Amino acid sequence: MLLSKKCRFAAMAAAVLLAGALIFTPGVFAESHQKAYKIGGIFSVTGPASFLGDPEKKSMELAIEEINAAGGVDGRMLEPVIYDTEGDPSKTVMAVGKLINKDRVTAIIGPSRTPTTLAVTPMVKRAEIPFISCAAGNKIVEPVKPWVFKTAQSDTQAVASIYEHIQQRDIQKVGIITVANSFGESGKEQLLAQAGDFGITVVSSQSFGASDTDMTAQLTKIRQEKPGAIICWGTNPGPAVVAKNAKQLGIEIPLYQSHGVASPKFIELAGDAAEGIFLPTGKILVADLLADNDPQKQVLADYINAYESKYNETVSGFGGYAYDAVHLLARAMEGTNGDKAEIRKNLETLKNYVGISGVFNFSKTDHNGLDPSAFVMVKIKDGKWQLLE
Amino acid sequence: MNDKANKIAYAVFALAVILLGWQVDNEYYLQLMIFIGLNTLLALSLNMLMGYAGQISLGHAAFYGIGAYVTAILTTTYQVAPLLALPAAVGTAMLVAWFVGIPTLRLSGYYLGMGTLGFGMIVHIVFREWSSLTGGASGFVGIPPLEIGPVVFASGKNYFFLVWSVVMLCLIMCRRIIDSRVGRALRSIHDGEKAAAAVGVDTKKLKLQVFVLSAGMAALAGFLYAHLVYFISPGTFSFVASIRIVTMVVIGGMASIWGALLGASLLTLLPEWLHAFSEFEMVVYGLILMSVMIFLPRGLTRGVLDVYERYRKSHER
Amino acid sequence: MQEILQYLFSGLTNGAIYAVIALGFSMLYSSTELINFAHGEFVMLGSLCMVTLAANLGFPLIPAFFLSICAVAAAGLLFERLAIRPVRHPEPIVLIIITVGASIFLRGVGMLIWGKNAHSMPPFSQHPPLDVAGARLLVQSIWILVIVAALTAALQMFYRRTLTGKAMTACAVSKKAAWIVGIPTKWMVLLAFGLSTGMGAVAGAIIAPITMSSYDMGTMLGLKGFCAAMLGGLGSLWGAILGGFLLGILEALGVGFISSGLKDATAFVLLLLVLYVRPQGIIGAGEVKRF
Repeated sequence: MLLSKKCRFAAMAAAVLLAGALIFTPGVFAESHQKAYKIGGIFSVTGPASFLGDPEKKSMELAIEEINAAGGVDGRMLEPVIYDTEGDPSKTVMAVGKLINKDRVTAIIGPSRTPTTLAVTPMVKRAEIPFISCAAGNKIVEPVKPWVFKTAQSDTQAVASIYEHIQQRDIQKVGIITVANSFGESGKEQLLAQAGDFGITVVSSQSFGASDTDMTAQLTKIRQEKPGAIICWGTNPGPAVVAKNAKQLGIEIPLYQSHGVASPKFIELAGDAAEGIFLPTGKILVADLLADNDPQKQVLADYINAYESKYNETVSGFGGYAYDAVHLLARAMEGTNGDKAEIRKNLETLKNYVGISGVFNFSKTDHNGLDPSAFVMVKIKDGKWQLLE
Repeated sequence: MNDKANKIAYAVFALAVILLGWQVDNEYYLQLMIFIGLNTLLALSLNMLMGYAGQISLGHAAFYGIGAYVTAILTTTYQVAPLLALPAAVGTAMLVAWFVGIPTLRLSGYYLGMGTLGFGMIVHIVFREWSSLTGGASGFVGIPPLEIGPVVFASGKNYFFLVWSVVMLCLIMCRRIIDSRVGRALRSIHDGEKAAAAVGVDTKKLKLQVFVLSAGMAALAGFLYAHLVYFISPGTFSFVASIRIVTMVVIGGMASIWGALLGASLLTLLPEWLHAFSEFEMVVYGLILMSVMIFLPRGLTRGVLDVYERYRKSHER
Repeated sequence: MQEILQYLFSGLTNGAIYAVIALGFSMLYSSTELINFAHGEFVMLGSLCMVTLAANLGFPLIPAFFLSICAVAAAGLLFERLAIRPVRHPEPIVLIIITVGASIFLRGVGMLIWGKNAHSMPPFSQHPPLDVAGARLLVQSIWILVIVAALTAALQMFYRRTLTGKAMTACAVSKKAAWIVGIPTKWMVLLAFGLSTGMGAVAGAIIAPITMSSYDMGTMLGLKGFCAAMLGGLGSLWGAILGGFLLGILEALGVGFISSGLKDATAFVLLLLVLYVRPQGIIGAGEVKRF
């Protein structure tokens, strides 16, 4: 019994010490006012959505560097404070708490995924801080929340682009296969909801786990229903496996993928099986194929150049969300002296900003600011993207 | 005499909590401590099961999730007052635990681990797939803040005090159970189930009771989590979360009530401290977990004491 | 009919993979009574090593295959030596948490070495899928089945015919008794770790061509392998094989006849039912260690 008594005291002492360490961590009391604007960034730099978070983090740093090199915002520099969410809602909540209350940032950019974004919107609302999400889900900006904006194209527009293309090819029946996470679910919702508008019926709806190794069973089931096309909604690597499996099963009907795989990585992963696949994508993948009078052409070329020379890796379709967010924010911050309500108001009235993901026109009722022209349909041919009209 | 030591320990602890809540104004630190409180509840609930009754559960996040989802659905979809949703949330989890516990607790060792793991996976899939009710993989939005009478618990200080009073109550409750006849019977199951049965302990019933109690406490944590964050998604209650609770218990020290507190604190704070390592965070985190277990295999509470004993002995010589 | 056959093929391929992973769990359990939660991460290492050696560095297949297995087994030996053996009170739960720590550590290492993107490699042999009564069978699936069969036969030989294998079986029966009759039990544990992680690497290397390899692929595979080992009965060679194939086929049929969203749930519900009826798994070894 003596031991257990001592044990308790030891534990108590440790607990008190821990609490002490917490309080006296530097920065709790001292909050010095620096000249630079702090901009918070929260991305899933590691974890299952790292393919989004990693380029987003890099693009945010790149954009801030560019702005600072050009003299900052009203002569004040921007300072990024970036945390990793690992794609986990609880961690994101903690990170946003830290950004708002400890780092006292002026605005927040990110996170990369829909659930993590939704998890922090109540905090953002309470703290009244401008917040630009990089996630795709419609739920983020519908209904419109005053402080929440987003730069990634919505699933609504991607689905509309795909269905338009299917309709043109006179296909009435489609089978869909979606990944069992928030991205796939949001896509599935839109695919089912919009099918009627285009006179299309979804004859089979299947799902697969994000890290499944084989999807032939699902594809076999879809094939039974004899659809005219298959639409796969997911992010790498699952859709690449779907493409491979479809080819192995000898499925001849056209396969559509979502913008979630819009990166050269997909072609590399799917190899031969990528041939003939259609997908909607932001214009970044086909920047060099765009018409010369396209307003985005120059912006895209500059971004790709800057990104590739800085990080020495090929640009992905996702980093642009954060890049746009930083530039939009910087523009909205001009002349506000860091006043959050002003920044928010400026964001809401920002028009004709030519970014990576499209031309942004924010309004009171639209906090995404993009229209369907933000997407183009491409086909993969000979291991390259081919722009479709 | 033991009783006295206990009371002092609780008094010191309560004082520390009040002092912290009173002194700390920064929302971030309050939030961090609220999360520590929630994790302490979870670790405590599992510690009752693992540390005292010797039954492992690799699916404890399921009960955490049931607590959160039941209150979310009741308060948001059906507009029930949060205070009324609380008994429903905890009750549902306990009922589920009772049903699942009857067949599952017949298993032992790794098979029990597997049984509970399987249960946890199934619950997680239900959260994800039953989207008309749970919001599916994208999560459940718009959970209202906790209101008790005129007081609205909207994070920050009052939520801190709420969570830590709950933790305190649970600590005392667990302590009382452990020191009672039931507690001794539990430990006898831990040491040898057959021997316990031989001396007249109704092992089946007792195991089930602890399992149900443990599920209820985890659901309570889930309830508090849902009304703290206002948003829940299946990812928070996955297999990985279950494993994290087990880790908290073992790192803190099994069969030690204060161990739950220590384990939960360490595992909540560690990722915050390791942010600086960015890309190396996972590597460092894994290394720390391994080294704590290699050098202090009995957990932090016992381990620190062991080290102290050895130090003292070497100095006496 | 054609569909059912297709589901079976899909189930067999996945099942074979689960079986190899389950074998790794089971072997280690039988000689050390330890469940290695980092096993899935060794599968990941095997898979990524294979991709790097075969696809990126242009090694021929066979040397690449064996090199990756040796490399991963070496990592497994190192793991035992540095993290498992030094523990003073080796209670199962403590060792389990160490392996949980190791899994996080290895995932971190995998991410640092191979980055966050997925990698793919071409199949072992370039041959179009076979047509069997209207269903497609991948040549890689045949490769997988052949390798699994060979591995099982080799293990069976090892346990039955070699002195080391017999010594290991003795350790599995009773460590103390084995030690008394002069079997170096410490070496046996080390060997068991090497073999088990090597087995994980085999699983990783053979699936590299049919799926995508990335640093976070291990968790789910490890979990499925663990289920398979449990389903068949821990510590039993045939149990692991049976459990693996059963799990794989049940999953595929679950997709075909119930719902793809509930695929994993179907598998787990059946697993629970099996456990309730036979608490030691289908071919269970009887009494199991408690925590």
